[in-house]
Order: sequence, then structure tokens, then C-alpha cells
Amino acid sequence: MATSPKIDVGTDYKEKYGFFVPEDYVFKAKRGLNPEIVKEISWMKGEPEWMTKFRLRSLEIFRKKPMPNWGADLSVIDFENIFYYLRASDKQSKTWEELPPDIKATYDRLGVPEAERKFLAGVSAQYESEVVYHSLQKELSAKGVIFLDTDSALREHPDLFKEYFGTVIPPADNKFSALNSAVWSGGSFIYVPKGVRVDVPLQAYFRINAENMGQFERTLIICDEGSFVHYIEGCTAPIYTSDSLHSAVVEIIVKKDARCRYTTIQNWSTNVFNLVTKRAMAYADATMEWVDGNLGSQITMKYPSVYLMEPGAKGDVLSIAFAGKGQHQDAGGKMIHVAPNTTSTITSKSISKAGGRTSYRGHIKVYPGANNSKSFVKCDALLLDDNSRSDTYPYNDVDADNVTLGHEATVSKVSDEQLFYLMSRGITRNEAETMIVNGFIEPFTKELPLEYAVELNRLIQLEMEGSVG
Amino acid sequence: MADFEIKDLRASVEGKEILKGVTLGINKGEVHAVMGPNGSGKSTLSYALMGHPGYKIDGGEVLFKGQNVLGLEPDVRARLGIFLAFQYPVVVPGISMTNFLRTAINAQRGYDGKDKSKQVSPKEFRSMLKGELEVLHMDDSFLPRYINDGFSGGEKKRAEILQMAMLKPEIAILDETDSGLDIDSIKFVAEAVNRMRGPNLGVLIITHYTRILEFIKPDFVHVLVDGRFVLSGGSEVADRLETTGYSEWMEADEPAVLAKEEVS
Repeated sequence: MATSPKIDVGTDYKEKYGFFVPEDYVFKAKRGLNPEIVKEISWMKGEPEWMTKFRLRSLEIFRKKPMPNWGADLSVIDFENIFYYLRASDKQSKTWEELPPDIKATYDRLGVPEAERKFLAGVSAQYESEVVYHSLQKELSAKGVIFLDTDSALREHPDLFKEYFGTVIPPADNKFSALNSAVWSGGSFIYVPKGVRVDVPLQAYFRINAENMGQFERTLIICDEGSFVHYIEGCTAPIYTSDSLHSAVVEIIVKKDARCRYTTIQNWSTNVFNLVTKRAMAYADATMEWVDGNLGSQITMKYPSVYLMEPGAKGDVLSIAFAGKGQHQDAGGKMIHVAPNTTSTITSKSISKAGGRTSYRGHIKVYPGANNSKSFVKCDALLLDDNSRSDTYPYNDVDADNVTLGHEATVSKVSDEQLFYLMSRGITRNEAETMIVNGFIEPFTKELPLEYAVELNRLIQLEMEGSVG
Repeated sequence: MADFEIKDLRASVEGKEILKGVTLGINKGEVHAVMGPNGSGKSTLSYALMGHPGYKIDGGEVLFKGQNVLGLEPDVRARLGIFLAFQYPVVVPGISMTNFLRTAINAQRGYDGKDKSKQVSPKEFRSMLKGELEVLHMDDSFLPRYINDGFSGGEKKRAEILQMAMLKPEIAILDETDSGLDIDSIKFVAEAVNRMRGPNLGVLIITHYTRILEFIKPDFVHVLVDGRFVLSGGSEVADRLETTGYSEWMEADEPAVLAKEEVS
């Protein structure tokens, strides 16, 4: 192992890595969920009263809502055995030696820098790369762009925050949005003013930041008229966490003529239940694009959606899911056409391997009056062996005239002919299979910034090694 | 013994016996042509030599470099120096030709992702490509395209020969490389193959028609009918087939003469 476990990650941060250790709070972590804990979280954060009430109301809704009776099997989640809020120093409870060997090996193979991998593995405390972060912040604030963690945004921009928070995904939307609304912490807040184009993709603080990868992060993005922003969340390296539940909420408002792209690559360790609600409202001639990659976790349920609120709005979901042994990726997208002349596309690619299961679940809804709308759904599944499984659950409700709705679904296996062709050029079976899989997800990969695309291909390579028979 | 020795090769597809004992020795420096009517086993021969999983070997051996290659995976055969130019090159979406060629060359050189010294350098790769593209009258624009995806018949076949030129095999099997090609494409392909001819390369051209043999002169011609060679000789065998076709070995209701292939 290249990494020495003896490095003291608690001191000399600035000198060694250029990070800083955040100040310690006085808070005793407790398991379970009740109004007292919710109040404590809110108090700890020094939140205004309306937010405390919002959280408590959400907790009530969470308790009343039944578990979803569709999708993946969630019955094993024990809500009373979860820490709903942890200080950074509480998170730093593991040691490098305690990490599962496969996670360590993957960091090695991906060449993740030492400081970063300790952080990803949850061994070190959270850090930010001050230098990069601050120069970017300076540039952004000159343009009037706000880019903060969500907690800070609530403190620093209370009015703007209150105007939009919870308007796209109300707590009562589903059981897990209610849970997130009650106990949320961290996430990103972005406001892009009218006509401002942010040229560099905004990443969750130089790729990684503890709060962004928290269990219940909450992200809110507002693209004002004619603006553009590309936000990237997550990273390709596996994120190890002993927390079993990740339930985020992402709300996005894309105003007239604006465009927002939200790219996610998630690779949680395979003990995690990843239950995320992502929704955007797109107004006149606005464009919302979700680029969503799901690799890790035990169970993922995630269906990014776009509400096409005004004429000319456009929604796009491009997603991939990779399910290996013991994994179930239940993913897809939702397009809600509310106004006429709106268009949407959903492209879903899934790969199942070694008994893994992928499901595409999609909903296209066209409301009365949303005439001349167009929607096209394409889902392609690739099965790498006979034990793996893929299902498609498309739901279409069309209540308007002159609507064009297309749906294409394919399920295929790695073909013997393709394998033979590649192997006849000297390429090993394993490498040939990896090439075919990378080729299959290429429509996704080519939408990623180069460094992410390269990492994703390497990761697929690791996932494929010695796996397919 | 020849450099590449096929001995009494028997093979079947889905339980049907196709090759019924084929014996042929190919030395480096030689060009052999195997000619035969449809269904005679020509493609089975090429697939069996390369190790396609759909073709079952029922007997015989193929000796190359001191071992019987019939038990080896296709990639191992390729790395030993055997190449098959496909009659129907396979489409692989999402992988660029450049990426494919580079990966194949690296595989040929034994690069497994670790020992960087075995990797083809970008400069070397580019200069190899440039030269071969010119010979085949191809331009760069096909390099970023996906493997064989949307290629015309001529582009596919030229791309096969490009791969051969880049991989520099010792034994090359050209399976109906001429089928579906216009006369210009046949000339470009033949020119490229002729350039590669020499003491380090043995070629097996599998074809239905004599046309390609006007441009790539074979040293030996073998006629395959119903899974067996019925005639072997020099290039005069091809001339004879040009006039009489396969009729003397065929059932009465088969086409008597070698119909000219329709040019696509």
C-alpha cells in the first residue's frame, strides 16, 4: 500500500495539504429521529425559526407517509438506527486499516491522491482546497454568482433562499423528500443572475467536500433569465461511508431562456441505500439537462425530473446505471409537460453484471393544453451474463392534442461476434468486454468533462476485471 | 513442414459437418488462394483458423510456431501472428477506430496497462497510420468514427486491410475481401496487400471469384468443394476456373459457370 496509515491527519493541514480543519461544534451525536433531534440540528446550525418549523413539519409528514410500495426493496432500512447529524470530528472515527480492502485497492488503481483518498474513505476530516476555491469564488462574485454550501446560503442570503427553498420539491412529495427536509445538512446553493454565463463547470468545491457528500444534502440552484451554469456533483472514486442511507434533495429553477446542466457521478460503497429526489422547473425556452451516472450503492432509486412549465421549455435526462453483484439500480427520469410546444428526451443506459439488477422507470406526463409537445425515450440495457437482470417500467399519460411520443427500448448481451472481432486483433477477452461496455456508455461519457470521462472508463475497467464469464 | 500447417481439419456448425478434412501448408513468402462455390466451407475455414466460438473443431490440427493453435483463444492466435480480414467486419458502437487500432497494437506488443515501454508512442502510431492510410486511399476522417459503424462496403474492407498493415501479421487470411468492392477499391486493397508481401508474410486469400487474383497473383490455388480440396495447383487453376467455373464438381442444378459478381 502506497499510503502510510501513520500520517496524522489532525494536524499540520495547511502546511501539508493546503486544507483547514473546520472549527469544532459541541454536539453529541445520537441515533434515531424525533422532534428533539430535529430541533437540536436546527439550533446547532443557528437557523431562523421558519426553518426549524419547516423541519418539524417535514418530520410529521415523514412519519405519516408510507414507504414506497414499488421500486426496490427498502424494508431493511432501520430509521431508528441512523445518525441524522454528525459533526465532522464524529465522522472521523474510522482508521485506514478498518477500510474494506476492495475500496483501498480501487483508490490505488484509480491513482487517487493520498489526501483525497483519506477524505473519500472518511478517514480524515473534511477539507476544502482553499486556493482553488477562493480564486474561483472571487471570479464568480464579480459576476454576481452565488456559490455556497446550503447552510451558509441560508445565513448569508436569507430572503433569496426562502423565496425558492422547498418550492420545487415540497416535503410532502415523497417519504424521502420529507426525511431530507427534516434533517438536511449541506449541499450546494447556486444563484446565477440574469444573462450571466458561468463558463467553467462548478464542482462541489474542487470535486469533494464533506457536506456535499453528506447523507442528507440539499441542493438549490436558481438560473435567472438567460443565464447558464453547469454544476458537477460527486466523483468517480468510490466514496466509503458506514452510513447506510443517503437521501438527498436537489431543486433547480431554470428561468426564461436559461440553461442548466447538472452532472452527477455517484459511486457510493455498496452498503448504501441511495434514495434521491431531483427535480427542475423549466420556464419559457429554458433548457434543463440532467446527466446522471450511478455506479455504486446497494440500492439506488433516482428519477431526475423536469417540469416543463412554459412554452418552448426543454428537458433532457441522460443516465447510466451499473449494477454488479447484490446491487439494484432503479433509475430513470420523469418529464412533465405542462405547457404547449415543450420537448423532452430521456436516454437511459444500464449495465447489469454478476447478478446485478437494473430497472428503468420513467414517467412522461402531458397535461391538457400542452399541445404540440414532443417526448422521446430511449432505454438500452446491456446484460453481461445470464444471472443479471434488467426491467423497463415506462408510464405515459397524454392528455393533450398533437403530441409526439416515442419510446425505444433494447436489451442486449455482449455479442459473441463483437467479442470475436476484437479478440481476433489480439485484444484479451476481458479488455474486449470492457471496450464494448465503454462503447455502450459512450453517449454518456462524451458529455462529461474529460477528466471525469477518463476516470469513468478506468472505473468501468476495474468493475469489469475478471468478472464476466 | 510448412510455417503454417493445416492438417486434416474437420469442423462443423450447429451439428452440420462442413470441413471434411482440409490439409494445406502455407510458408511465409507464399500467397495461397482458396476458391470455392457458395457453401463449400470457405468461411468456415477462415473462422475455424481464427477460433470463432460458433465453429466446432471435430478433428485435425493447425500447427504454427511449434504448437497446435486450435486450442487457443482468438486473441492468443492473433498475438502469435495470425490475422483474419473479415468478410463481414463487425460494428462496435462507441469505440473509435483510432482507439481500436491503438489498443490492438498495444495488445500485439504485450502491453497490459503496466509496462509503459511496450506501449506504442503517439508519434510512432501517427506515422504508421499516415503511411498506410495513403496506400489505401483513406483519409483521417474515418479515424474518429466508431468501429465499422456506418462504413460503406468498401470502407469496411479497406479498414480491415489497414488493421492488417498496422498489426503486421505473419499469416494473414483474407476472407472474401473482394466481395462487395468496386474495381477501384479492389485495386487499393490489392496494392496494400502486395506491398506487405514478402518473406515475413504468408497469405491465404479466400474468394469465390477470380477477380482479386488478377491484382494479387497467387503462388498456389486450391479449389474447395463440399469441405474438401478437389484441386490444387499454380495460378493456372484460377485461369481454368475463370472459364469453366465449378461446374465439374457441382450437382447438375447448381449454376454451371462462375457468374460475375454484381458490383455494389
